[in-house]
Amino acid sequence: MAPVVDTLRLTAEQAAALLERREISPAELREAYFEAIAERDGELHCYLRTTETAEGDGVPIALKDVISTKGVETTAGSRILAGYVPVFDATVAARVKAAGLSLLGKTNTDEFAMGSSTENSAYGPSRNPWDPTRVPGGSGGGSAAAVTAGLAPWALGSDTGGSIKQPSALCGNVGLRPTYGSVSRYGVVAFASSLDQIGPVAKTVRDVALLYSIIAGRDPLDSTTAELPEPVRLPEDDSLAGLRIGVPTELNEAEGIEPGVRDAVRRTLELAEELGAEVGECSLPRSVRYGLPCYYLIAPAEASSNLARYDGIRYGARAEGSSYQEVVERTRDEGFGDEPKRRIMLGTYALSAGYYDAYYGQAQKVRTLIIEEHREALERFDLLACPTSPTVAFPLGERADDPLAMYAADLLTIPSCLAGLPGLSIPCGLSDGLPVGLQLIGPQFGENTLFRAGHALEQALGFDTVPERWR
Amino acid sequence: MSWEPVIGLEIHVQLKTKTKMFCRCPVGFGAGENTQTCPVCLGFPGALPVTNRVAVEWTILLGLALDCTIAERAVFARKNYFYPDLPKGYQISQYDLPLCKDGKMLVPTADGDRVIGIVRAHLEEDAAKTVHVGGSTGRIGGAAWSLVDYNRGGTPLVEIVTAPDLHSPEEAKRFLQLLRQTIVELGISDAEMEKGTLRVDANVSVRPAGSDELRTRTEIKNMNSFTFIARGIEAEVERQIAVWEAGEEVRQETYDFDAATGRLTPRRAKEEADDYRYFPEPDLVPVEPDRRLVERLRAELPELPAARIRRIEGELGLERAIVLVTGGLDRLWQETVEAGADALAAANVVANNLVRAGVDPELVSPKELAKLVGARERIPRVAFDEAIARLGEPGFSADPYLAREAVSDVAALDPLVDAILAAHPEQVAAYRGGKEGLLGFFVGQVMRETDGTANPRVVSDLLREKLAG
Repeated sequence: MAPVVDTLRLTAEQAAALLERREISPAELREAYFEAIAERDGELHCYLRTTETAEGDGVPIALKDVISTKGVETTAGSRILAGYVPVFDATVAARVKAAGLSLLGKTNTDEFAMGSSTENSAYGPSRNPWDPTRVPGGSGGGSAAAVTAGLAPWALGSDTGGSIKQPSALCGNVGLRPTYGSVSRYGVVAFASSLDQIGPVAKTVRDVALLYSIIAGRDPLDSTTAELPEPVRLPEDDSLAGLRIGVPTELNEAEGIEPGVRDAVRRTLELAEELGAEVGECSLPRSVRYGLPCYYLIAPAEASSNLARYDGIRYGARAEGSSYQEVVERTRDEGFGDEPKRRIMLGTYALSAGYYDAYYGQAQKVRTLIIEEHREALERFDLLACPTSPTVAFPLGERADDPLAMYAADLLTIPSCLAGLPGLSIPCGLSDGLPVGLQLIGPQFGENTLFRAGHALEQALGFDTVPERWR
Repeated sequence: MSWEPVIGLEIHVQLKTKTKMFCRCPVGFGAGENTQTCPVCLGFPGALPVTNRVAVEWTILLGLALDCTIAERAVFARKNYFYPDLPKGYQISQYDLPLCKDGKMLVPTADGDRVIGIVRAHLEEDAAKTVHVGGSTGRIGGAAWSLVDYNRGGTPLVEIVTAPDLHSPEEAKRFLQLLRQTIVELGISDAEMEKGTLRVDANVSVRPAGSDELRTRTEIKNMNSFTFIARGIEAEVERQIAVWEAGEEVRQETYDFDAATGRLTPRRAKEEADDYRYFPEPDLVPVEPDRRLVERLRAELPELPAARIRRIEGELGLERAIVLVTGGLDRLWQETVEAGADALAAANVVANNLVRAGVDPELVSPKELAKLVGARERIPRVAFDEAIARLGEPGFSADPYLAREAVSDVAALDPLVDAILAAHPEQVAAYRGGKEGLLGFFVGQVMRETDGTANPRVVSDLLREKLAG
C-alpha cells in the first residue's frame, strides 16, 4: 500500500527520498501528479499537454513548452508551431532524462516566451494558484503555477528578461535564472539569444540547486556555454554571517513598487541582518533608468531574426497560398499572435540601415555600461537584493491591452539579465494575501552564494508555499 | 574617346572540409537530395551553430596566401533575408569584422607584376540549392514548383572580394586562373566552376582612359567558366561604353550572363532596396585566432603560383610559364627537366600531349617522362602517344617503347611511297600544281599504311623528293 503523498507539499528532494527508500514506486509517484493535474489543471491550465508515458524512474518534472522534447509536440505557446514534433531533445531535456527524471508534460508560456502573464499564449492563459482570477506571471507562468499547485515537483523555465523569476515571485515559489552561459540553450526555441537562459523552478532553494546541478555545465552544442568554475553546493547553512548584501536604491524605490511589496522586502532584509548579513545601500542608476529601453531594443532585434525561420515550409503550421511569397506571408500572419508581431516589427526597425547605430548599436553600448555598473556594485557586495516584481499578481486582462504596462512588470528583473548575472527569486511574504518575491542577484557564476543566502532566508522566513485556499 | 574598364570580382569558394560550417553533416557532392541534413542546417527551432575549426584554419591559410591581415578578433554576423534556400531566414556570415582583410595578389605580366588588392576574405555558410520548375525565367517568381536541396546548405564558403583593380577581361581571367590555382594548391577546395565550388560575380564599370573616377557599376552573375567571365565582362564593357557614348547614364543593375547566347539579361529590378539588417551572431563567440597558429600556418605556406611563374619564365617565356603553373603542371615539368629532359621540349610535352591524353600529372614518374621526351623524335608516333597515355599507370616503364624504333630506312619505305603516289594521281597533280599543303595528306597515308611506325621526318623528305621529281 503506497503512502498517500501530498503533491502540494512534497518537495523534489523528499520525492527522491521516497523513491530511494522504495516507499513509493515511480509509477505511483507519477500517478499522484496526474491525479493532481486532473483535479486542478482544469482551472489553472498549466499544461499544454501531458505525457502519460515517459522514460525515467526518478522524480517527475515538467518542462516549459519552449524546450524541445523528442517525440513530444513543442509549440512555444504559438499557433505557428502547432503540430511540430521535434526529432531531437534540447540539451536540458536530455540532461534531465539522463538523470532519470520523467517528463510529466509541457507547460504553458506566453507565445515564444514574450510576455509577463501567459496571456499571450495562443492556447489560453494559465491562472495563479493563489487566486485564479489573477495571472501567474510570465512567460513561464505554466511552470511556476504547476509547481505551486502540486502539479509537478519541479520544472524548467526559460528567462530572457524575467520569465523565470517573475512568475516564481507571483506564484510564491523559488526560481533561478542562472548565469548566462552556464546552461545550454541548445534545442530551446530562441527568443533573444544573448539573453535567453534555462533555469529551475521549485518549492525550495535546495530543490532549485539540485536541478541546477543536473542541467548546468558546458555543452559542445552551445558555443556560448562554459564549464562551471566550482561544483554546485546544496545549501545547508542557516547563518548569513559575513555575507555582504547590497541594496540598490533605484531597484528598491522605483516608481510602481507597491507598498506591500516594499514592506515585505524590507522586513526580509532586516531578517537577513539578524542572520548575520551586512546590509548596505548601493546604486545602479543607469541600469534602472536605461535597462528597460535597452532590453526592448536588443531582445526584439534578436527575436526578429530568430523568428524568421517560421515560414511554414519545413515544419509547423502552414497557410495555403499560390506562391512561396504568399505561403510565407499568410503563415506568418495567421501563425503569430500580436506580441511576436509587435516585437518583430520593433526589432526589424531597430536593425534597419540608418537606424542601427541609433538603436541596436546604442543599446549594445548601454548594455556594456549596465554590465560595468553591476560589476562595480558586486565588488563591494556579495549579493544585491530587491523585489523581483514591483507588484503582486495582477488580475487577468488588466494589462493585456497595454503592452507598456506589461513590459513594466520586468522593470526590476531586466537589468541583471542584461548583465548576464544569476538571479534567484524566493517568496518572502504576502501582500494582500498574494506572494511577494525577493530577488537576489549574484556575480557571474555566483549561484552557490545565491543558494546559501536563499536557503538561510527561506528557513528563517518559513513561508508556506501552499496557497491559503488549499491549506 | 578611349575607355578603360574597371573590374572588381567577388569570388565564392566552397571549402572541402569533411563537415559543414556549423554542424557535423558531411560536405559532399552528388549525395541524394536532402540526405546530408540535421536540425542545425535545416534551421529547426532551438538548434545552434558550432564553428568548424578546420574551416577557420583554411580561411586563415588562404588569407595568408593572399597577403591579408588576419584579424585578432573576427565576428560572425547574421545577414537577414527571406528565401527558401535559407532555412533560418538568415545566413551566418561576417560583416564589419572579417577574418582576413587588406591583402593583395600579384599577377605576372610582360610589363611587370600587376598588384590586385584583396579587400577582404571572410567565412560564411552556403545557402541550399534551389531549382525553380516551370515559368519562363527559371527564377522563383512565376515558377510552378521550387525544389530545395539542403545538402549544400551550411557548406563552408569563403567570400573573397577584390579591389576594382582589374582593367580588362583578360586580366580578370588571368587573375582568376592564378587565384584558383592558389586555392587548389592549398588543398582547401576543388574550386571547380562546373560543380559550383567556385563562383564568380563581376562588378564592372568603365571610365575615360587616364581618369581615376569610379562610375556607376553593374554586377554580372551566373558565369560558369573563366572564358564566359571574360566574355560576359567584355559584353558589359561594350554595352556601358555604348550607353555613355549615346549620352545616357549607366544604371546600377544586376545582369545574368547567358552562355548560350552570350547575352546579358537584366534581373527584374527589386521592389525594395536590400536591407540585410546585419548584427553580430549571438549564438557564436567571436573567432580569436591564436597568433602561434597564424604563424605556424604562415610558415607552412608553399611557394605560390605567381612566384613560381617568375622563377621559371626565364627558361620558358612568360606565356608558357603561366600555362604550366596555372595548369598545375610546373612541378612535373621541373622534375622532368631535372631528370634530364630538354626544358622546352618537356614543357611542350607536358602542356600539350599530357593534357590532351588526360593524364593526372600527380601520377607521372618524371624519370620515365624524361626518357619519352628525349625519344619522341626517334620512336614511332603511335608508340609515343600510347606511352604518354599510360604514363599514369602504376609501375609504368618507358623502356619497351624506347626499343620500338621508327622505320627510317629509305629502302624499306621507297616502294610504299611509290605505291601511294600511284594510287592518288589527282592529288599528285594538284601538289605539283602548287598545292603543297597536300604533303600532310601523303604523310598521313604512309603513316596509316605503316601503322604509325614510319619516321614522319624521313617520310616527308622522301615524299618531297619524289613529288619534286
